Amino acid sequence: MLLIYCPYCEVERPELEFRCGGEAHIARPTDPSTQSDEQWADFLYMRTNTKGIYAERWRHIHGCGRFFNALRETVGDKFLKVYKTGEPKPDLDAIAKEASR
Amino acid sequence: MSQPFRTHSGGRIDRNKQLTFQFDGEELTGVEGDTLASALLANGRHLVGRSFKYHRPRGILTAGSEEPNALVGIYRKGDQTPNLRATQVELYDGLKAISQNRFPSLDFDVGAVNDLLSPLFPAGFYYKTFMWPRAFWDRVYEPIIRAAAGLGKPPINPDHDTYGNLYAHCDVLVIGSGPAGLAAALAAAETGARVILCDEQSEFGGSLLSESDATIDGKSATEWVEDSIRSLSAKDNVTLLPRTTAFGYFAQNFVSLAERVTEHMADPDPALPRERLWQVRAKEVVIAAGAIERPMVFPENDRPGIMLADAGRTYLNRYGVKVGDNVLVATACDTAWQAAFDLADRGVDIAAIADMREKPSEALLSVAHARGIRVETGCVITGTQGRKRVSGALLGRVTSGGVTSAGEVTCDALLMSGGWTPTVSLYSQSRGKVVWDDTLGTFVPGAPVQNERSAGACAGVYGLSATLEAGYNAGEQAAKAATGKTAKLARAEANGADAGNGGILGALPHDRNASKVKAFVDYQNDVTAKDVKLAVREGMHSIEHIKRYTTTGMATDQGRLSNLNALQIASTSLGKPLTDVGLTTFRQPYTPTTFGVFANVSRGDFFDPVRRTPSHDWVVENDGVFEDVGQWKRTWYFPINGEDMHAAVARECETVRKSVGLFDASTLGKIEVVGPDAAEFLERMYTNPWKKLGVGRCRYGLLLNEAGFIIDDGVIGRLAEDRFHVTTTTGGAAHVFATMEDYLQTEWPDLNVWITSTTEQYAVCAVQGPKAREVIAPFVEGIDLSPDAFPHMSVATGTFCGVPCRLMRISFTGELGFEVNIPRRHGKMVWETLAKEIEKHDGTVYGTETMHVLRAEKGYIIVGQETDGTVTPHDVGMSWAIGKNKFDFVGKRGLQRPDLVAEGRKQLVGLLTKDPKVVLEEGAQVTKLANPPAGTSAEGHVTSSYHSSVLGRSIALAMVKGGRDLMGKTLHVPMPSGAIEVEVTDTIFVDKEGGRVNG
Amino acid sequence: MKRYSFLELAKNAFSAHQNWGRQWRAPEPKAEYDVVIVGAGGHGLGTAYYLAKEHGIKNIAVIEKGWLGGGNTGRNTTIIRSNYLWEESAALYNHAVKLWDGLSDELNYNVMYSARGVMMLAHTVHDIQVFKRHVHANRLAGVQNEWLTPEEAKEYCPPLNISKDIRYPVVGAALQRVGGTARHDAVAWGYARAADDLGVDIIQNCAVTGIRRAADGSVEGVETAKGFIKAKKVGVVAAGHTSVLMEMAGIRMPLESNPLQALVSEPVKPAFPCVVMSNTIHAYISQSDKGELVIGAGTDQFVSYSQTGGIHITTHTIDAICELFPMFRRMRMLRNWGGIVDVTPDRSPIIAKTPVPGLFVNCGWGTGGFKATPGSAHVFAHTIAKDEPHPIAAPFSLERFRTGRLIDEAAAAAVAH
Repeated sequence: MLLIYCPYCEVERPELEFRCGGEAHIARPTDPSTQSDEQWADFLYMRTNTKGIYAERWRHIHGCGRFFNALRETVGDKFLKVYKTGEPKPDLDAIAKEASR
Repeated sequence: MSQPFRTHSGGRIDRNKQLTFQFDGEELTGVEGDTLASALLANGRHLVGRSFKYHRPRGILTAGSEEPNALVGIYRKGDQTPNLRATQVELYDGLKAISQNRFPSLDFDVGAVNDLLSPLFPAGFYYKTFMWPRAFWDRVYEPIIRAAAGLGKPPINPDHDTYGNLYAHCDVLVIGSGPAGLAAALAAAETGARVILCDEQSEFGGSLLSESDATIDGKSATEWVEDSIRSLSAKDNVTLLPRTTAFGYFAQNFVSLAERVTEHMADPDPALPRERLWQVRAKEVVIAAGAIERPMVFPENDRPGIMLADAGRTYLNRYGVKVGDNVLVATACDTAWQAAFDLADRGVDIAAIADMREKPSEALLSVAHARGIRVETGCVITGTQGRKRVSGALLGRVTSGGVTSAGEVTCDALLMSGGWTPTVSLYSQSRGKVVWDDTLGTFVPGAPVQNERSAGACAGVYGLSATLEAGYNAGEQAAKAATGKTAKLARAEANGADAGNGGILGALPHDRNASKVKAFVDYQNDVTAKDVKLAVREGMHSIEHIKRYTTTGMATDQGRLSNLNALQIASTSLGKPLTDVGLTTFRQPYTPTTFGVFANVSRGDFFDPVRRTPSHDWVVENDGVFEDVGQWKRTWYFPINGEDMHAAVARECETVRKSVGLFDASTLGKIEVVGPDAAEFLERMYTNPWKKLGVGRCRYGLLLNEAGFIIDDGVIGRLAEDRFHVTTTTGGAAHVFATMEDYLQTEWPDLNVWITSTTEQYAVCAVQGPKAREVIAPFVEGIDLSPDAFPHMSVATGTFCGVPCRLMRISFTGELGFEVNIPRRHGKMVWETLAKEIEKHDGTVYGTETMHVLRAEKGYIIVGQETDGTVTPHDVGMSWAIGKNKFDFVGKRGLQRPDLVAEGRKQLVGLLTKDPKVVLEEGAQVTKLANPPAGTSAEGHVTSSYHSSVLGRSIALAMVKGGRDLMGKTLHVPMPSGAIEVEVTDTIFVDKEGGRVNG
Repeated sequence: MKRYSFLELAKNAFSAHQNWGRQWRAPEPKAEYDVVIVGAGGHGLGTAYYLAKEHGIKNIAVIEKGWLGGGNTGRNTTIIRSNYLWEESAALYNHAVKLWDGLSDELNYNVMYSARGVMMLAHTVHDIQVFKRHVHANRLAGVQNEWLTPEEAKEYCPPLNISKDIRYPVVGAALQRVGGTARHDAVAWGYARAADDLGVDIIQNCAVTGIRRAADGSVEGVETAKGFIKAKKVGVVAAGHTSVLMEMAGIRMPLESNPLQALVSEPVKPAFPCVVMSNTIHAYISQSDKGELVIGAGTDQFVSYSQTGGIHITTHTIDAICELFPMFRRMRMLRNWGGIVDVTPDRSPIIAKTPVPGLFVNCGWGTGGFKATPGSAHVFAHTIAKDEPHPIAAPFSLERFRTGRLIDEAAAAAVAH
């Protein structure tokens, strides 16, 4: 049972209040008709599935209902950062360096 | 008092409170404060169980939760619990215990023949045999093995007891209440931090409860414990939880505890739960789990009467029980000597102290000498005698060339100590990595991974003074880390109970025939040193392989007693350093934990919430039958006058088509979509066009996923330029809403739209049938119901029975139909009003089954029945639902993928059986041949099938490859009783012109 | 290889079991192999075995980061069945069931395949529709599966609570009698021993750190903790770690790795005769030969390589078990552990060639890979040896995610209306 910080409510709450929304920063193409079948398959199905620091989406479904993004280390399940939807993807290497210190 | 081995004074027991209990039917007595184990020992009973594989007689080995042998079944008020540790079972008056894994009796167990046959049963023997003849495994060998395996008898009756669940938060959770834990709790509590102190035992104090002459602040150890607990319990910021095992350590300092609430009571209050789960989120955790003593691995080290030295001392000092009259002590470390001294001081004969070490400390030798105790140094046990109780032991002298016999000693109990193993289970569960400590010769916790610190013996810190100090420090640091506060607590000064030296790992040397003797490493699973060596010889070089091949460490103590010894034996056999062989992982639970603790209040209706519609009570009163749809209870059908389902549904269907029916549609999902961009949003979500939909009009909407497959549908009404009332399927409601939120928030944040789930806000009464308008008209105000003013697929707001309503003129039956949406709190009233009203029009209430038949007669699909997540709009003949000129919608690109536009996809068609009486089975397969050979690919399958009472025949819908090109063709539906001939038709069976909805 | 038998066991008893040989060697890697399999679980070891036995390829290495059989092979609840809906799936899993039947004999290692029957419970009208569709589809495909009434289900599994008063009463069940369980470790060990006997090098404690590709893009070999190993062909069979390994070859995978938990109770005398599964309320239970109740729990919702999961996942499963088998509330959990399962979008595996010539992948088994072990290994060996998918493996391509020809076993159980 993870403890997750919601950047909108600004509180830590148990995982039961949240729904994981999978990998973050996979934007839906603005004009899907220009996408090849390969590109569409990439968008639909291909995932980084990182062992290490992973950017993923969470929704505070039983709270404010908002989506936000989080960086989580997927071996120890530690959250390294949460940030609001729309904010740019953090520099994962920098975060990794900081975490290893 | 008929307990011959009870001392006359001392201990944490009340000799004045005699308790009667039964063991295997025999009536015995104990006293208050006893465990079942101490009471049995007080009666001189050592033989309490049989081992798993060889059925060897076994006694009580320990005094704690790691006990591998003394597992018993407890019977209580019709409930039966197997595999409880006698060392943990607190005695109460009338307790009934039975021994396990023996037949017909503990004394005479036919399974003991396995012991004689044991040369045939080395580790992993079952992988090498029982393969011939092939059919014999399931039918002969396995049933025999299964009957022989297992420990206690399983419970057979539903559990009568209840279980509780609590969530708790604290600053500092202290696990274990020995000297380190108590000191940690005292220090943390002093700062004002919120502290929870838990201990698996019935009484706080841990090892201090077994101390004889140590003092703290000039008080005896037990007095200091009592004072400390008194001071802790007086504080509001402290929660004390005895009989509470911290069994799981999860991510982010989430620790689960199991509290045994009533198990120790003779006559518990029935209102109390038997056990209670605590789910604790602790800012900081102090693990003070102590250490346990290691058995010594010598031949025949498993006879009843052979026990860990510290257990022997605990039985004496804490329970006032002598483990024997003539006790041999075998050791490789100092602490066991204290057990010998305490016993000697209580008048027990010490046959000898046999210490493996050449030169034990002079101090110990002189104390022994003063008591006249025989001491043998450089001496190991090389064997024991006595089948059901140890009667003597063989001594061996360890020399550079091996072991030579050093005579025999008679005894009626043998205490042993191979040294101490820190309990790192919880640390390991917290994902910490243990490190090898060469000085101590054990693994100790490495760096903390979570907000945790291990203190005292579990961190390899021994000796009372040092342990207390470690506890104080850990408590202070934890409190400071959690709250930022500090407080200086005066530290107690301890005398005595100094740290001992020594310890041994692995199998001891002996002069016996190694192939003949058994020296047990894992008692419960009957794993011997030989087995471990065999595994290594066979190529099992990883400790995990050795564990799994021999089953060492897989018993109910999870290897707490055996792991290090097994590891050492493996290391020696492999010729590799112990640390290179690896250590198996400790997993939750720390000790076996009752399923009821996890399931606690989840039972019956609490297993999963029940969602009921406003008509529910009325339906119950009127004998309606419910079906489960997700969490909802939906009315399935309404039998009257003893009708069966078939008759009820036939009547309901005919009545709706002839006059009118009332149906509770409240479970359908409802979403309010509001905002200037509401139409644009729906345009992007659904396949259909929405921008031009007029206010007051409704349209059927089809929702795909990005892969292009249908996931939901429903009617959407436009209430205003910027407001839509969206309906979804019952099962899809939550998912559709979440999907919409996802797109709105993360893909199209530029859209000015708000969405709200209103499923629970509205009750929905569907009134369907030619007389529907007449039925609702008397109650409607503010809406012109005339066909021209309010045609099919209209929506309007007004009042119904005087309450605000959204009235939709829509139909899932093909008849004139209305759906009345009213605030849920008025749902019951409106339902009952309408139910009364339809009676005047010879109408009926109807349930989901009739709804299904009526819509199937019209060829309307049900998402999840006609579709299965692999079906496109084109497949179900709904290309019309796709907006032709739309730039984009969810699933548009997916729909264009090669396989979704390929020839030969399954298409929705109707099927009519040649024999109109035959109703196809839903899910039945459709084939070209009447008798297809096995392995034939199906042409399709039946998705819906009913008897249509209106048509007087059966009808069916099916997904069939290229189905729309097969109209009028004959196909087959093979069944076990023979194939059924069917004709492919279109999907509309009733009112093909579709005029009736316009009535 | 000295054959195992009762006679051999008895013979060895006289020599105090001193003369048993190694079940497999612990070789150092050679500089070059014809085929390198990455991952020594059941699927990987089996692949090596069938490559050597049926395709005459002898120069094979299986490279394993940890110890053989230590991943999901040794962590699952050992359920075997083949009553899947889609004919592609049924063909694959039924191929496995047929191999299971003779596997002990084939490997001369008792894998304890026990066809005690797998019963899948229906709790709703929708369940009935779905399961009957399975039963009919399976019958046509030649896969054994039958429908039981609640009373028949109770007769087959006496502890089952078929009372109408529970939250989700049992309304029927689909039974596959040839379904059952096997001893998971023995499967890995049996394949390892047999493969080793055919000359396969099983190299444990040797992590693969890179996949080297030649200038033409084809696979050249693998970088490992023990140096570079040249290989004509590489097969990745690494379950939860597939994405990590394929990334080394520059290939993104349609996979997410989730923690999946399982647990056992303390051992008791026989209490449970078969395997019971309930997808609707998430309960999976059988009893091992040792007497432990073996219970499968669910997956956590997020990607994780931690091999542990949340307590609420376990609790949810035990809730369901206690609801269906109320006597087991007094049983006690002995051990709870996690594995890392690689889940595909359509919940069907990938057994395929990849865009990199010479690189093959077998993954995506999600929560149900154990049951397929022999079948998966057998068709994957064929795919590698012939550089051409085995007909049974062909539908399980990577290509399907582009074309949309998914084999969606999850959607098949979708609930709506």
